[in-house]
Amino acid sequence: MLLELEARAEPSRLMAYLSPLLAVVLTLIGGLIVFAALGKDPLQGFQVFFLNPVKDAYGISELLLKATPLMLIAVGLAVGFRANVWNIGAEGQYIVGAAAASGLALYFVESESAMLLPAMVIAGAVGGAAWASIPAFLRTRFNANEILTSLMLVYIAQLGVSWLVHGPWKDPDGFNFPQSQMFGDSALLPMLVEGTRLNFAFVMALGLLAAGYIFMQRSFLGFQMRVSGQASAAARYAGFSASRTIWIGLLAGGAAAGIAGMGEVAGPMGQLTEHVASNYGFAAIIVAFIGRLNPVGIFFGSLLMALLYLGGEQAQQYLNLPSSISKVFQGMLLFFLLGADVFIHYRLRLAGKKS
Amino acid sequence: MEANLFTSMLFATVVAGTPLLIVGLGLLVSEKSGVLNLGAEGMMAMGAIAGFAVAHETGSSWLGVLAGMGAGMAMAAVFGFLVLTLLANQVASGLALAIFGVGLSAFVGKPYESVTLAAVPAIRLPFLADIPVIGPALYNQQALVYLSWALMWGIVWFLYRSRGGLVLRAVGEAPSAAHAIGYPVIRIRYLATLFGGAMAGVGGAFLSVFYTPLWVEGMVAGRGWIALALVVFATWRPLRVMVGAYLFGGVMIAQLFVQGSGMEINMPSQMLSSLPYWATIVVLVMISRNATTIRLNSPVSLGQPYRADV
Repeated sequence: MLLELEARAEPSRLMAYLSPLLAVVLTLIGGLIVFAALGKDPLQGFQVFFLNPVKDAYGISELLLKATPLMLIAVGLAVGFRANVWNIGAEGQYIVGAAAASGLALYFVESESAMLLPAMVIAGAVGGAAWASIPAFLRTRFNANEILTSLMLVYIAQLGVSWLVHGPWKDPDGFNFPQSQMFGDSALLPMLVEGTRLNFAFVMALGLLAAGYIFMQRSFLGFQMRVSGQASAAARYAGFSASRTIWIGLLAGGAAAGIAGMGEVAGPMGQLTEHVASNYGFAAIIVAFIGRLNPVGIFFGSLLMALLYLGGEQAQQYLNLPSSISKVFQGMLLFFLLGADVFIHYRLRLAGKKS
Repeated sequence: MEANLFTSMLFATVVAGTPLLIVGLGLLVSEKSGVLNLGAEGMMAMGAIAGFAVAHETGSSWLGVLAGMGAGMAMAAVFGFLVLTLLANQVASGLALAIFGVGLSAFVGKPYESVTLAAVPAIRLPFLADIPVIGPALYNQQALVYLSWALMWGIVWFLYRSRGGLVLRAVGEAPSAAHAIGYPVIRIRYLATLFGGAMAGVGGAFLSVFYTPLWVEGMVAGRGWIALALVVFATWRPLRVMVGAYLFGGVMIAQLFVQGSGMEINMPSQMLSSLPYWATIVVLVMISRNATTIRLNSPVSLGQPYRADV
């Protein structure tokens, strides 16, 4: 081997910030190669995928709309990830939150109360948190690995929503389609900009990012959780409760994911269907990492991931490629990030030279 | 009639359990070396599409299995490069592999969504298949089913009776000690990781080429994750992986039989379909509640990066 890794005396702060950018650049280059390999003109592919989605104001509003659930879920996940609580089931918590909020909207479909929307937000948060409380309980009480339990609950949540829209909540006037009836106007989030689909959920996402920042960076509890993640022995010695860390990590992720689910059904969807399961819960894991588990980073990470989603739709429309190309780029992004992160702790040097 | 039903359920249980068994055994070997690869779902998905595509293009199911194996190994190689060479976090890298593999398989699999493969005829073992009741269930199966049994015994022999297995376990239990007496820790972990990927790919190919046989996006449906849970459930022992695989296969089949039988039960089909996932949670809880069992049985360095201090 010509090059080898050499441990840095201290982790490089510069690289910690540069590595997400490096990952983005590598993903863009990877994108060019993928388009070329698929027999498309790389530059045209690049333009359709990465530039077309944001070429006008409407495109940007769609970008923010797509980024909203990602921001919400990722900031909740970051709280847990910082404490090494691996909640992988945000997708399930998002679905249950969406279902809980839908239940309220369908029950009060005639209501014109201004309290319905706030109640739906709470229902979403409680639903998501309740779903996350299962792995939290199983981990703290029975030592069961939360990665696997929270992930299994994703499949169960998907089947649960499928049952709801095929069964008790099916729209009686819906020509037998598996979908609920449309929500009443008072159960729909208000639009932020006329003529777009960007709605109040975006404001909630910004609010939660700010709250997440205060909790993680400025509160004692947030500090305790960070210590638990980085040095569990030190946390134990200091008397920080390990099970409280697990509970908070999972509940924060679940509640935020549930709110994101509420924002989807009360926003662009306006009803509950099986399509509520949209992979946001998994994409948000990538967002949390690319954003360095930091709310500011998560904001930009969400925009980037949203762009990858929109680019996939454009590629389907104009390049005749399956829209799942988004997921390929999303996965590549995370790979490159994890690879680039090595330079935070190590530097390259030529083999054979001792420094 | 009763015996017939039992025979067909046992037959289907073995078929449903086989991919879990193959993938679980591969993960077991890789975890024994200390490498936790959470990307099994992605490797299986890639194995499934690669296997299906090649079997469809060439008409040979065995070339399909080989292609699945290759795809799984390629995925595992990417993972190995990240966690073994670049020392990236194993949990995060495994997740990345799972997301990437599921996405990439959906992407490359698009043209194959509407095509089917001819079913591969089973291989009937003479004499054994004539045993009443269990004979037709166990000994009139696909060749890969018999191979999975051979694989299981081969791994038992390798891990506990061969020098190579001893070295592999040493690398997983005490990488520094293994390094100190001259074993190439990283190279051994690469090999174990690649083996895990190969088996995950074969398991995926079994699904798409022999089991269904078709390709649908998301068809792995959590089996990679279930296989990971299976290894914990088995407390890292090959024979128990087999028991667990067939248990899960049984749960998957039981709910299908109930749904298909038209039995009058007051339960929506979705609830029945969720049974294997609930079962996974239940067995994880049962096995994990005794923290000592897990601590004593799991490879000590599982999930820990290793770097020789030269």
